[in-house]
Amino acid sequence: MAEKYSIRLGGTGGQGIIKGAMVLAEAAIIDGKNATQTQVYGPESRGGATKAEVNISNERILFPLVSSPNIVLCLSIGAWQTFTKDMPPGSTLILDSSLENGPALPEGVTVYRFPMIKMAYEDLGNILSTNIVAVGVLNGLMKLVSSDAAERSIAIGFKKTFVDGNIKAYELGYQAAREYLQAAK
Amino acid sequence: MVEARLVQGNEACALGAIAAGATFYAGYPITPSTEIAEQMSALYPKKDGKFIQMEDEIASIGAIIGASCAGAKAFTATSGPGFSLMQELIGYAAMTEVPIVIVDVMRAGPSTGLPTLSSQGDIQQARWGTHGDHSIIALAPASVEETYLMTIDAFNFAEKYRTPVILLLDEIIGHLKERFLITPDMMPPIINRQKPQAGQEFVPYKNTQELIPALPDFGEGSRYHVTGLTHNEQGFYSSKPEIVESFINRINAKIEDNSEEIFRCNGYNVEDCEVLLIAYGSISRSAEEAMNNLRREGINVGLLRPQTIWPLNEALIGDACCGKKAVIIPEMNLGQYAREIERCAPDDVPVVSLPKVDGTMIFPSEIEELVREVLK
Repeated sequence: MAEKYSIRLGGTGGQGIIKGAMVLAEAAIIDGKNATQTQVYGPESRGGATKAEVNISNERILFPLVSSPNIVLCLSIGAWQTFTKDMPPGSTLILDSSLENGPALPEGVTVYRFPMIKMAYEDLGNILSTNIVAVGVLNGLMKLVSSDAAERSIAIGFKKTFVDGNIKAYELGYQAAREYLQAAK
Repeated sequence: MVEARLVQGNEACALGAIAAGATFYAGYPITPSTEIAEQMSALYPKKDGKFIQMEDEIASIGAIIGASCAGAKAFTATSGPGFSLMQELIGYAAMTEVPIVIVDVMRAGPSTGLPTLSSQGDIQQARWGTHGDHSIIALAPASVEETYLMTIDAFNFAEKYRTPVILLLDEIIGHLKERFLITPDMMPPIINRQKPQAGQEFVPYKNTQELIPALPDFGEGSRYHVTGLTHNEQGFYSSKPEIVESFINRINAKIEDNSEEIFRCNGYNVEDCEVLLIAYGSISRSAEEAMNNLRREGINVGLLRPQTIWPLNEALIGDACCGKKAVIIPEMNLGQYAREIERCAPDDVPVVSLPKVDGTMIFPSEIEELVREVLK
């Protein structure tokens, strides 16, 4: 299988999208796949629109960046404005429900909206979990990695005190996405 | 390490240094190399190593030269502006034949340039940044696993040839996180410097057939003098033409005469291809993807990927270029390595530079476009 997924997470500096991308990439590796993870460095990643990218493939990944994303997830309007222009037909955009009046999207892009920031803030009482709720939503919709690997990856990526909370965040996002797909059937 | 992990290039460099037996790091943090300093500051206190944050890059390289004289495998990490500051003492290490490793995570320059964006602009500075006739070893890995393994190679070459070795990462490889799994069969043997043999007369800079004198640790009992001045076999200043000439020839020949062993590269479809790509570091990944895409279209492209940048194996490069319709060198500078390839290639083979200096990586599509153009 030569399937390659290119995923871009966009948001505002401080929303934890780099950590989210690392959790996703590490989970793919735990599943026995190849993964690369890159991100924007510099002042724009400290408060402005910033992105972190992941490639997942069963084969060796040569070009390590994302040039044509299959999946883009945006947690801020700035990310929507900046990081969706190169989306090809057939790709998927996941937006936080709070985002409105973004730019027009390239043709043939499927759009999902989930209240990821609200879920973290209201259901978990911790806005810092938004990134992992987002990973859960993304994986619930796209099934990129096994949930077992995602949870192991969270256990590797966080200090002990934060593991349980983040696994909860992952499951919340994952379930929301699965339920949405079930209902849509 | 048995399970594959997600590891960053700079982190792999730090882990590789420890695997090579390095016990001393002195440096001054600079983007995009800072993670190496961070890793060493976290790892060394647990492993009996020494980490020192120095006041600047000149002091950093001075400290590792001193540590190496005292017997430690020592290294530093920096980027363009810091690498510029280190140049004089790189020459001092070459002159005094002290093994050290300098990691240069290349960012776009000149000067402060683009601190967070990638470049391969230090290729010629690695070769000729310090003054005078000297040889140098420089390596350029293309993946996170290779960064780990080639950090070990860098220390091995430094110890074996008593020379400064430059490990040229670029920002993309330094900051890239990807799958990392090192199994015991991948590990190179660890080489340590030759020490003087007990009971034999010790001549510190003896010009033997092997060209590489033994190196005792300071304080071990063998006394010798270390100077950046041109010196005789005893280590003291000499301006006698025959001594100067034999010394300068030896410190160059010990590397250049071994370029076949030191120059390592991977080849893909090199012999039977019409168009040959030559690429190193992160850009070799774009080149390999471009090669695969073009071959699927039936265009016969090959790739030569040097892991060793210096010394060049001129005969090998010349042979690889022979008979090609074109040789294309994509690199993130204005053609610094392309000129070297041009020098080695037969006169009737067009050598085409594909330069890029805007801070963005060369995309496979850019290479594919140029291949189609040269075949028109």
